[in-house]
Amino acid sequence: MRNAFAQQITSLGEQDPRVVLLSGDIGNRLFDEFKATCPGRFYNCGVAEANMIGVAAGLAMNGLRPVCYTIAPFVTYRCMEQIRVDVCYHDVPVTIVGTGAGLAYASLGATHHSCEEMGMLRLLPGMSVLAPADEWEVRAAVKAALRHPHPVYIRLGKKGEPVIHTAEPEFRIGKAIPMRAGDAVCLLAAGTVLPMAILAADILGQRNVSTAVYSVHSIKPVDTELMAAVFARFKLVATIEEHSVLGGLGGAIAEWAAELPSPRPPHLRFGTGDAFLHETCEQEEARAHFGLTAAAIADRISRSLAS
Amino acid sequence: MSALPEPVVISSAELQRLSRKIRYKLIEMSHRSGAPHLGSAMSCTDILVAAYFGGVVQIDPKQPQDPQRDRFILSKGHAASALYVTLAERGFFPREWLETFATHGSPLAEQPAPNCAPGVELATGSLGHGLPVGVGAALAARIQKRDYRVFVVMSDGECNEGSVWEAAMFAPACRLERLCVVVDYNKWQATGRSNDVMSLAPLVRKWEAFGWSASEVDGHDVAALAAKMSRVPDGTGQPVAIIAHTVKGKGVSFMEDDNNWHYRIPKAEEVAAARKELGVE
Repeated sequence: MRNAFAQQITSLGEQDPRVVLLSGDIGNRLFDEFKATCPGRFYNCGVAEANMIGVAAGLAMNGLRPVCYTIAPFVTYRCMEQIRVDVCYHDVPVTIVGTGAGLAYASLGATHHSCEEMGMLRLLPGMSVLAPADEWEVRAAVKAALRHPHPVYIRLGKKGEPVIHTAEPEFRIGKAIPMRAGDAVCLLAAGTVLPMAILAADILGQRNVSTAVYSVHSIKPVDTELMAAVFARFKLVATIEEHSVLGGLGGAIAEWAAELPSPRPPHLRFGTGDAFLHETCEQEEARAHFGLTAAAIADRISRSLAS
Repeated sequence: MSALPEPVVISSAELQRLSRKIRYKLIEMSHRSGAPHLGSAMSCTDILVAAYFGGVVQIDPKQPQDPQRDRFILSKGHAASALYVTLAERGFFPREWLETFATHGSPLAEQPAPNCAPGVELATGSLGHGLPVGVGAALAARIQKRDYRVFVVMSDGECNEGSVWEAAMFAPACRLERLCVVVDYNKWQATGRSNDVMSLAPLVRKWEAFGWSASEVDGHDVAALAAKMSRVPDGTGQPVAIIAHTVKGKGVSFMEDDNNWHYRIPKAEEVAAARKELGVE
């Protein structure tokens, strides 16, 4: 994903002289091509994220299109107030890109996990929150963010994620992408857990449960038109994300659905819990720890349908 | 810069009279609105007068969005009333707006909102934001090959914020020689002496050590301030830091260096006494 980001931002920087890339002292060599193609428009801001966000706001206020890139928890939690005041309050087009989001850096410990950042950023007025699922969605999300005249946050995995799309999908902020048709259960997946959702749909299909899957890359604004159709049509809705069940996609959908008239289908939220992960482990084990496996998802859905 | 009018420069006596007039207006506005931070506003008044009337900030009040204008950011947003009065005096917006200060629906809130009035570059109030954003503005000039300068006025208490020092390390690395910080060093922060609360001193040496061309000045000597602020860039290739020694509540004997005026609102008889001391008609 991060390579796709680097390639896409290089190509956009080549086309648009307003694009400026700020990095928080990561991506050694990742941006060599950007630096060569867009001289004078790459700045390593050091390990100083609060300043990086303020600098980005100052660039954006003066007609440029800055993109801030570093590890997800540092470019969000660490500088939350700068994002709120400098970027969102002034409503300037700063794109914030958090790499290694969710549990991608599971082995580095909870300092490097970001399972709360979508919820935090989603609360900020004017901020869009995007979680692309694969490298094609990353490219599309970066393009959409730089066309968008307001703040955008994009969370990335790290590298080597499975490629799901075969070409760049039609991508609009606030519009989910249909992946699988179905009519009993609807799986709404945000980000790199999309393959897990597709696999869970396969398992449910084998149990004769017709299951639809959407890539809900846009956590804010959420695709309310689709949600209205989903909650009207399906027997069960499930959200899946590598993020806390509080505040992220599950939270956003639950908030939206709260005002629906009864009866409405149950909504199961799959994500990380309201807890730090203290276990030493890799991403797959970390996901399993929180019940984020295709089998666990399918089983819980089957149990819910049976009850 | 040919598109910009000649900066306003007025005589030293005129500058002093203007500073007294602005300070009186601040006292009146605080009394009428009940808005605090009067001591802080009076502390930086001469810095603002030097910037806007001492020939420093090159900006046309009729074209406050001109991309070539010098950027002036009052990072200590709690002193916004001083910025508002100065901008009104300089003709950015009608003086009548000042009568609405901090009242419902006014463009001029206690601390400025984004684009609230012509000439106000940044919504401030939370400390430690003006310098990073100012660094971004200065970097934007570099990238877009513009030669405007960026002035950021901060309070000494504001220098408690880590983001100030992040920006202080970054700007010299980018050789932003057209960036100037003025620290309104009145030796007080909200609830204590700024050198007791934090180990702030020695400020000049701190900024020097961070890579700035730093010096100090009497922050109430408008001519000296204007002379220093006009020498940006100063030929060193470094950003410029000016440590302005000031007195909180400057100009009125019973307010000077009395930190109660961080929050206190002047009563009618105090407004009258201040008026007399300031020699305002």
